Amino acid sequence: MSALLTSAPSLVPAATTVGNPAINIGIFALFVVVTLAIVIRASRNNRSAAEYYAGGRAFTGRQNGIAIAGDYLSAASFLGIAGAIAINGYDGFLYSIGFLVAWLVALLLVAELLRNVGKYTMADVLSFRLRQRPVRIAAAISTLVVSFFYLLAQMAGAGGLVALLLGIEGAVGQRLVIVVVGILMIFYVIFGGMKGTTWVQIIKAVLLIIGAAIMTFWVLAKFGLSLSNLLGEATATSQAAGGKDLLQPGLQYKNPVDFISLSMALVLGTAGLPHVLMRFYTVPTSREARRSVVWAIWLIGIFYIFTLILGFGAADLVGAAAIKAAPGGVNSAAPLLAFELGGEVLLGIISAVAFATILAVVAGLTITASASLSHDIYNTVVKKGKATPEEEVKVARIAALVLGAIAIIGGIFALGQNIAFLVALAFAIAASANLPTILYSLFWKRFNTRGALWSIYGGLISAITLIIFSPVVSGKPVDPVTGKSPSMLQGVDFHWFPLDNPGIISIPLGFVLGYIGTVTSREYNAAKYAEMEVRSLTGHGAEVATHH
Amino acid sequence: MSKEAPERVVDDPNVTMQNSPEFAQLRSKFRKFVFPLTALFLAWYFLFVLLSVFAKDFMGTRVLGNITWGLILGLLQFVSTFTITMVYARWADRVFDPEAEALAQKMGVKQ
Repeated sequence: MSALLTSAPSLVPAATTVGNPAINIGIFALFVVVTLAIVIRASRNNRSAAEYYAGGRAFTGRQNGIAIAGDYLSAASFLGIAGAIAINGYDGFLYSIGFLVAWLVALLLVAELLRNVGKYTMADVLSFRLRQRPVRIAAAISTLVVSFFYLLAQMAGAGGLVALLLGIEGAVGQRLVIVVVGILMIFYVIFGGMKGTTWVQIIKAVLLIIGAAIMTFWVLAKFGLSLSNLLGEATATSQAAGGKDLLQPGLQYKNPVDFISLSMALVLGTAGLPHVLMRFYTVPTSREARRSVVWAIWLIGIFYIFTLILGFGAADLVGAAAIKAAPGGVNSAAPLLAFELGGEVLLGIISAVAFATILAVVAGLTITASASLSHDIYNTVVKKGKATPEEEVKVARIAALVLGAIAIIGGIFALGQNIAFLVALAFAIAASANLPTILYSLFWKRFNTRGALWSIYGGLISAITLIIFSPVVSGKPVDPVTGKSPSMLQGVDFHWFPLDNPGIISIPLGFVLGYIGTVTSREYNAAKYAEMEVRSLTGHGAEVATHH
Repeated sequence: MSKEAPERVVDDPNVTMQNSPEFAQLRSKFRKFVFPLTALFLAWYFLFVLLSVFAKDFMGTRVLGNITWGLILGLLQFVSTFTITMVYARWADRVFDPEAEALAQKMGVKQ
């Protein structure tokens, strides 16, 4: 950590590294032990499919709401947003607004109806009144792609974080940590199922929100409990160090169209994220699904207000130069602020929470992807719907093992790669491929199989193609400070799409293709549509909670 | 008609319910509540986004101490999100749920 020492001598007066790795590892180990005990307890009755995939649908709205917040407040939102605000001020804050407002789409249009119609996966809803096989395959592919991109971004983030938090430098140590995180996650998912994973999320979310709350009030106390003072000091510090006025828009997003595109992906993507949608099946009724979202919105909203204060706090107390020079880069703003405020112990707690975050989010993604592989592909496509629930759960566990192994290998390859854009891409695909189909199938009588396939594949393929030929993959000019291009690939330039985010093209395309596909096909299943619409609005025939 | 879905006869209880005036009323009540709210919050969000990229000077103007218009409008996005959440939850609990449950009862409790 010599870079950190030289760039910010005041930060670490005597220690040779930021914080005490033993404390960080100790607190994290405590979290692992407690959650493992809970997962093993939860695994006792995990044999039925409803137990494994949906936690027996026995969680309350409040519990599920906290777990949703846990799923959503990933390392990208906690470390990433706090860091973006610390470096780019107001523009970093813009990110969090899209992430929050997006929940209204889920609350008003999706959560309750989806809970009433579906069983375990997103494909249950999309294929309800359409031709099962092709629609399930399409929905499963989209689920796997979105979950895998999201997962890869989390695993790669873990590596950089490790360097900062545990003092583990060098490729071997970081790879080892990714392997450990991966194995723990596989254990949670295989033994704990949805119930175990949900409890891990709940514990993590509570720790994360309490930790952030403590830091927020600590920061505010340092500035006389005045937001205006904090903003003034942060801006003054930034300008004194040769930076810009953090309160001015435009520090991060130079191209207006690019920012509009990103905003569309953020606000429309959340309600199409498969791992978020699957959480709505863990509650007994649509009313509890509504409560889940209400809880999630309050927790996520309050948390983003905390990150606003933490970001500006880090800009003043830590400083942009020290943050950029730290091993985790922008992601290290929140941990460095914790060290500045509360020394080794607070850093240890925040580090452990950051790790728990990665672990829990990765587990949530893996269970979603494995459920889709087993329930949508194995049962419906391979076994023609004849697999027993026991067989399905067995296949889901094997799938979780395989996906976990792929995540570990992918995470090792992604180490040190600049792949933070994968999260924004996952949101763009969710908004382009999933949301149009979900909304059409819930609200448009005429909607049919061709519309669904065109919309899912069109949204998916256009979003991925545009990203491949965008500046995030190749062709951004070399940054004179770091000597590297901010693009993922160095030294090549094959980009022709001008924007970083494909949303502004691929989202309307997903909707338009769904429309054209539908009106050019005559298929219409009146009886299934009646069943679906009556079920979605009244809850008649919806899956009920299992009882022991 | 899909291969997997069995052929249904005209006296399908779901079709009967779907075509009933009570159900039409429930559906229209739901849509009349959530669609305008959705249009409202999306319009308000994109207004904020457009101001942030095309009216940078205005958004960067300090109003109260160091608090800018951008921050005020951004925090108002939080306020409006919380407000819409509570308004909808209250309406759904008090108005929509009882009517939806009454129709579900009418359909019978069987799966």
